Amino acid sequence: MQQFTVALAGNPNVGKTTIFNAVTGSRQHVGNWPGVTVEKKTGRISHRGIEIDVVDLPGTYSLTAYSLDEIVARDFILDEKPDVVIQVVDATNLERNLYLTTQLMEIGAPLVVALNVADLAEARGDAIDAERLQSLLAIPVVRTVGNRGEGIEDMLDAAIREAESPPRHEHTVGYGDDAEAAIARLVTALSADADLAGHYPLRWLAVRLLEGDEHADCRLEGSPAREAALEILAGIDREACEAALADKRYEVIAAILAQVCRLAPEKISASDRIDRVVTNRYLGIPIFLALMWGAFELTFAVGGFFGEAIEAGFGVLGEAAATIEPGWLASLIGDGILGGVGAVLAFVPHIFILFLILSIMEASGYLARAAFIMDRLMYAFGLPGKAFIPMLMGFGCNVPAIMATRTIEDHKERLITIMVNPFISCGARLPIYVLFTGIFFGREAGTVIFALYVLGIAVAIGSAKLFRSTILPGESAAFIMELPPYRLPTLRGSMIQMWDRGSTYLKKAGGIILIGAVIIWALASNPPGVEYGSQESLVGIIGNMLSPAVEPLGLNGKIAVALIFGILAKEIVVSSLGVLYGAGEDAGSLTDALAADPGLGPASALALMVFALLYLPCIATLAVIRAETGSWRWTGFAVGYGVVIAWLLAFFAYQAGRLIWGI
Amino acid sequence: MLPRGGGVTLDRIIPEQACRIVGIRARGRSRRRMFAMGLVPGARVEMLRTAPLGDPVEYRVRGYCLAIRKADAGLIDVMPEEQ
Repeated sequence: MQQFTVALAGNPNVGKTTIFNAVTGSRQHVGNWPGVTVEKKTGRISHRGIEIDVVDLPGTYSLTAYSLDEIVARDFILDEKPDVVIQVVDATNLERNLYLTTQLMEIGAPLVVALNVADLAEARGDAIDAERLQSLLAIPVVRTVGNRGEGIEDMLDAAIREAESPPRHEHTVGYGDDAEAAIARLVTALSADADLAGHYPLRWLAVRLLEGDEHADCRLEGSPAREAALEILAGIDREACEAALADKRYEVIAAILAQVCRLAPEKISASDRIDRVVTNRYLGIPIFLALMWGAFELTFAVGGFFGEAIEAGFGVLGEAAATIEPGWLASLIGDGILGGVGAVLAFVPHIFILFLILSIMEASGYLARAAFIMDRLMYAFGLPGKAFIPMLMGFGCNVPAIMATRTIEDHKERLITIMVNPFISCGARLPIYVLFTGIFFGREAGTVIFALYVLGIAVAIGSAKLFRSTILPGESAAFIMELPPYRLPTLRGSMIQMWDRGSTYLKKAGGIILIGAVIIWALASNPPGVEYGSQESLVGIIGNMLSPAVEPLGLNGKIAVALIFGILAKEIVVSSLGVLYGAGEDAGSLTDALAADPGLGPASALALMVFALLYLPCIATLAVIRAETGSWRWTGFAVGYGVVIAWLLAFFAYQAGRLIWGI
Repeated sequence: MLPRGGGVTLDRIIPEQACRIVGIRARGRSRRRMFAMGLVPGARVEMLRTAPLGDPVEYRVRGYCLAIRKADAGLIDVMPEEQ
């Protein structure tokens, strides 16, 4: 059976994902591109007896080296050499879309253009002569409407014809005499290196070199043709050249469009009318906050409902596990695996719903407006506007919040947004505050809790500034962002994206969470025979060893142990204090027991809460930091930095508190 | 060297005013990004509105909408069109 690889390329927001979904249906596989955290979607289908592997390339505006997405897309085309590249083009915005087409032609990939959302262009009154476009570009052009599945068969037929036919002679933009002379000289020089000539289209490489592309420079390293090429380049102002070549591409595109399109006279579009309200000077921020609040409410109302059901389910399973023989196995399954994993799984519904909301916001075009509205604020902290949404989500749960950073293109900005997110006080930390403020702060409880939230935000923002100026330096990337026209998201597309992202999280984080839960169980139930989590267990012994470290914070070994359990999930701090203070799960008696502890007072309670707010992220968050950064080093850094900051601030809180309250 | 176009930069254009790009002084990745988004010398740009907090600014270029921070728009020299 014949087999082809087809890559889907295109600008962001042109309906590429919709086309991908229409082609592959549910036969999709989501993973990451090797070595980077850019999402890679693939699907295998059979079309007219031919097996086709469809690869969804990241959406890009060009194939230079602007972002990780562009590098990933470009390297795939260059190195994996797909049989055909299908570029999905937005028919309502041909001019900018065809810029990528000129680059794809230059890179020498067999190309098919899918003229997508053709219905919208027609509804607007634009007349596009697809046949004429096809003959001018000398590549097949197919009309598609992704969300109705129109033209998909034709598109695949065209792709197969293109894959089977002999390669077309290179048909590219002519750059004018001066540039062409330089390109010709470079091509001659480069062709001295047979290796290079075998791997890259030399005209493409020559153009990239002329434009001063660092990645093209890298490909010359160690090549025998390097000297000669650099000599030619030495006499050329590459920056001026880049502008001239870009201009030439747009000139060619304009000449083509003049023969192909008759655009309807521009009138105020529906998108523009929505934007006049949604990004209005006075209404923009209230609308944004209302939508965020709605998203938040929906996530926690619906997520909480299903989460409680999951918890209840685990409770039933736990009771069943208690009857297992021998006892240690019952404890491993009941206390360790079901207890630990159950605590984390209770958040899975929140994660799925959040992803659903996020994908609807993304597909509708509102996410770009949110970034537009919030950019000024975030820029002050060295972050892009898109970082606002993950920060806000963090108040619910840091796990989906960190996954929501995927919308940030710049690698360093994304990394900073990930690293500071755990300082945003998630919902699971609230039970700790409620317990301790209730005991020690009485009527001031609300104020103290509010102050803790503010402290979390301050530490996050301060850390972002600190990272920006130390370990992750760099200019903020230029903020040049498309505000795509508003579109109605399809339920199917949103559900697929929710499922993809949610299940990827479960697969990646599940293992780490399980291992973490078992390790903590082993520490709590060994040496054999001790009571689970008691002072005599390994956890207790570690807690006692740690007590000198937490003493300056006014805390004791029992609390250190509870904080260790809190690594599983922050709210477990409360239930394990219950066990350690011999109060069982009953909150009332725990309150009495803590109030009766002579070592604790408002100052030490404050220190405890500050510490619990800032110290290391829970296992689920660590798992997602590891998955999203692809690095154990950054995960380790999140732990180390968190503990140090937590200890220092808790120390200050305790010392200041002692001056005020005595203990 | 004084910027061309009488010293007017894109960030100075007021709502509903249009202009043509005469030069781009951005460097490196920002420059490349501008080219990819259709901001090249000769392109017509129309200012639409400012974000609620005063920055960035939304423009229309080549039939679509683009948000640019004022700091970045300040690196684009333009010639305002006669009203």
